[in-house]
Amino acid sequence: MVGIDHPGRGMLMRSRWWAAAAAGLSLTLVASGCGNGEDSDAQVEVFSWWTGGGEEAGLNALIEVFEEENEGVEFVNAAVAGGSGTNAQAVLEGRLQSQDPPDSFQGHAGASLQDYIEAGYLAPLDDFFDEQGLHDALPEQLVDQISYEDSVYSVPVNIHRSNVLWFNPSVLEEAGVDEAPETLEDLVQALEAVDSETDAIPMAVGAQWTVDHLLESILLGSLGPDAYNALWEPGADWNTPEVTEALEIFEEVMSHTQEESAAEDWQEASRRVFEGEAAFNIMGDWAAGYFDELEAVPEEDYDWAPSPGTDGTYMWLSDSFTLPEGAPHEEQALAWLELVAGQEGQDVFNPLKGSIPAREDADPENYADSPYLEAALQEWQDGPELAGSFWHGVTVGNRWKNDIDTAVGLYLQNQDLDELNTALHEAAQTE
Amino acid sequence: MSKPTDGTGAATRGPGRPTQHPFHTAPSRAHTHRRGPLRRALTRSRAWLPGLLLVSPSILLIGVFVYGMIGWNTQLALSDKHAPVQDGSFVGLTNFAELWQEARWPAAVLNAVVFTVVFVGGALLLGWLLGLLLDKGIRGEAVFRTLFLAPMAVSFIATGVVWRWLMNPAPAERATGLNALFVHLKLDFLVNDWWTAPNLGMAAMALPAIWQLSGYIMALFLAGFRGVPEDLREAARVDGCSEWGVYWRVVMPQLRPVMLSAVIILGHMSLKVFDLIIAVAGQQIVADVPAVYMWAMVFEVRDPAKGAAIASYLLVAVAVFVIPYLVWTVRKERSEGR
Amino acid sequence: MSQSAPERVIAPGGGVAGTTRRGQVVKFLVLFALAALFLLPMYVLAVTGFKPFDEATAARAWLLPKNWSLQGWAAAWSALAPGLWNSVLMAVPSAVISAVLGSMNGYVLARWRFPGADTVFTLFLFGMFIPYQAVMIPLQQMMVDADLMGGLFPLILAHTVYGIPICTLIFRNYYASIPQTLIEAARVDGAGLLRTYASVVLPVSAPAFAVTLIWQFTSAWNDFLFAVFLTGPNSWPVTVQLNNVAGSMVVPYNQQMAAAVLASLPTLIIYLVLGRYFMRGLMAGALKG
Repeated sequence: MVGIDHPGRGMLMRSRWWAAAAAGLSLTLVASGCGNGEDSDAQVEVFSWWTGGGEEAGLNALIEVFEEENEGVEFVNAAVAGGSGTNAQAVLEGRLQSQDPPDSFQGHAGASLQDYIEAGYLAPLDDFFDEQGLHDALPEQLVDQISYEDSVYSVPVNIHRSNVLWFNPSVLEEAGVDEAPETLEDLVQALEAVDSETDAIPMAVGAQWTVDHLLESILLGSLGPDAYNALWEPGADWNTPEVTEALEIFEEVMSHTQEESAAEDWQEASRRVFEGEAAFNIMGDWAAGYFDELEAVPEEDYDWAPSPGTDGTYMWLSDSFTLPEGAPHEEQALAWLELVAGQEGQDVFNPLKGSIPAREDADPENYADSPYLEAALQEWQDGPELAGSFWHGVTVGNRWKNDIDTAVGLYLQNQDLDELNTALHEAAQTE
Repeated sequence: MSKPTDGTGAATRGPGRPTQHPFHTAPSRAHTHRRGPLRRALTRSRAWLPGLLLVSPSILLIGVFVYGMIGWNTQLALSDKHAPVQDGSFVGLTNFAELWQEARWPAAVLNAVVFTVVFVGGALLLGWLLGLLLDKGIRGEAVFRTLFLAPMAVSFIATGVVWRWLMNPAPAERATGLNALFVHLKLDFLVNDWWTAPNLGMAAMALPAIWQLSGYIMALFLAGFRGVPEDLREAARVDGCSEWGVYWRVVMPQLRPVMLSAVIILGHMSLKVFDLIIAVAGQQIVADVPAVYMWAMVFEVRDPAKGAAIASYLLVAVAVFVIPYLVWTVRKERSEGR
Repeated sequence: MSQSAPERVIAPGGGVAGTTRRGQVVKFLVLFALAALFLLPMYVLAVTGFKPFDEATAARAWLLPKNWSLQGWAAAWSALAPGLWNSVLMAVPSAVISAVLGSMNGYVLARWRFPGADTVFTLFLFGMFIPYQAVMIPLQQMMVDADLMGGLFPLILAHTVYGIPICTLIFRNYYASIPQTLIEAARVDGAGLLRTYASVVLPVSAPAFAVTLIWQFTSAWNDFLFAVFLTGPNSWPVTVQLNNVAGSMVVPYNQQMAAAVLASLPTLIIYLVLGRYFMRGLMAGALKG
């Protein structure tokens, strides 16, 4: 009955069908074949989170030099972006755990690499440091602060400064504040003046992490470098009157920030300073690069000073490159590290990236285009006191950092300063 | 259920028959009777075995990639492997219990609940409304339909920043985004904190998700409305129902299956929501949900056991959506005698 | 306002009951208002793409560009271009294979059941709900161990596997509406499983295929998580490139939004062109439960 005229159509359908399926499958094979291609020996895969702006420009300039100096070596740029490197970090974590490491990866020098070191993912670079004379080229205190159990595991290519106070001179003038506040007391007074004399936001902040960033500058400003650095020893006592006092200042400063901050990032906060909508912003020195992009005029549209109470101290963070244990192309990886460790490499990279070289022997000429960088390099070469940024992973590993971030986030919700203090203390004890 | 027909049907078809009347089987099967039940089962299996074979690649894949992973995850969640390099030993439900002693976890759970309720409810309501408006073959229906479906085609990586801008909580004097629009339209009372408001802010976070999915729900409802036979509606009209009455008494009851599959699809998206929140808010406690917390534990803090415990909670929460659905499906199919 | 509608509902002779003209006008107004709301984010996306860097800010979100600029689009295009073809090579096979598997599963689970079919279906469904972030590390480990990393294959595999549950659900629901008698008739004629499938089931499957293919293509195309974990730089699809556009400390919002529009165009076009079939598929019973 029905079946009599159907088989034909069925067969037709079926053959068409299998053709489609086969096409799909072969497409798969083609697709999978396509990326698997030449796994040539002469390559180096470098992982970073530099995919845009000055970072990318700096990286590309480095790549160019590298390819000139290492002819025939293919450079695979495995840069993955993500807010403050979050996506990049996750991907890297997966690759390291799966024993599929890149040949070198970028990370913030210091304790943020500690988990990797403890897990045995990183090869020590002590011999490399000796060969390249890096102990002489880098500040002693810096090498000290990036060492883990007396070994170094990463090569710092640059230095960023975290404790910078950015401000709008016209707003300050309108508020009757003559000069950038030097102490935290001055800062609080200035904030109050801006509040009462102008319509501007006294202190612009952004999303939660920028509050963490603000906190570290206030801790440093209030406690001084030695006491600040001592906070990051595992088991350190945070239940001290000094810390409590610093947190009270933090609360005072926070009361002068804008209520919409959670929906903004550092970029919006800095922009508010540039546009005169805000008086102050405490942010890392990458803000200088942003002001440049906005074609802002230094000392007119914006100005800077060390964040209050921290003059003479460089709260630093540093992008650095590593040699993973089991890197498939170790020889080429070492060539890459040699480039980023050297003076030439650092002077090619940093003016574009908007940071200063970690080495002390950089040529100031290269930084003369940017008033900020020029001043910063000068200060660096004068040998300031060094304090590590906790938020940017110099002084604490990821668990501790996450605990602090959570405590700060909860504080932003409930405004309970005692609870914040307790949580910060506990975070230090569990390390 | 206990209808007599069912009872007798079960008796005649039931497994008891062959053993009770071994020598009275149908003539065509007579040749098998001496080989016993095994052989008969084999014969019968010839009917369904090809089906099983056809499904087996999928069973294998799902077995490995879903259940293998769930097993792996569960094992981790029950261990004390708090760093990737540790071996970890069995600690029972410790990780599950410890989460509740934190300040962060209960808040994240509450946020997820608020988000889910508003998102599922909002998308259903808006989708239903859109479907209703378009049901009667309005002019330009295709244009509207496409337009409402379009947000589905866009990922949150793409739209997250826009939503962050739109939902900027700045007060009226320096409002931006939607708040600025409200000020401009002299609707100042609508100016609000959006997702940055503590406690119920997550309700605002559901807006982009509603925007993305309500077109899809609209399509489901529209399909459902049109699947209701016209004579049913006509009968209700003849009985004196108003057009609204027809909807409520005749059409909506027919749409229960649509509602249910809409709820299950929305619900599972809601629990896994991650991209949206990261794109709009980043990692901030004010917009914390279990999926974001898990991400931080797995990839930043590198605490496999804790991350796995959170993942297990997510899987359990999902059961709340799936189990009623499955119970309902099976019951419905039984009653229809499929 | 719309109270007049219920009063005069019965359009004589109209299968589709008409409402009053005023009702129609109100409906149109509501629809237009909603359409405008739906378009707001799209408007901001597109308009910001045309702004130069310094104008692309939240505060100016509503404003048209003072200086129209194509710089954002150009930068976005050059950033995304390498990923486009990878996305196509990844999303098409993922969608096709999972739809085919889903169709076969749906057919068997609805119409050619084996003992325990309901259990299998239930277990499949749970697969929809697995939180992907939780399985990413073992999945990656598995691919590395199998030496599959590097190309698009792991990505296709992942999308296919995790697409099976929803495709099976769609097809199973859809096939449940095919009268069993049709299938029985073919069986009585001696047609086996595959022949019944090919001759009875497949010819009426187009609507369900439309739904699953569109659904799977869209989700594979828009996925970021699997993409970034399971592939390398040479085979990154467009979402990873899109993510990388925002990768600087300073985010160029104009480029980012232009890139967002570009990256979404293929899926948008699919909805525009195939939206009708999508609707038809839904109406024909797919995903109705």
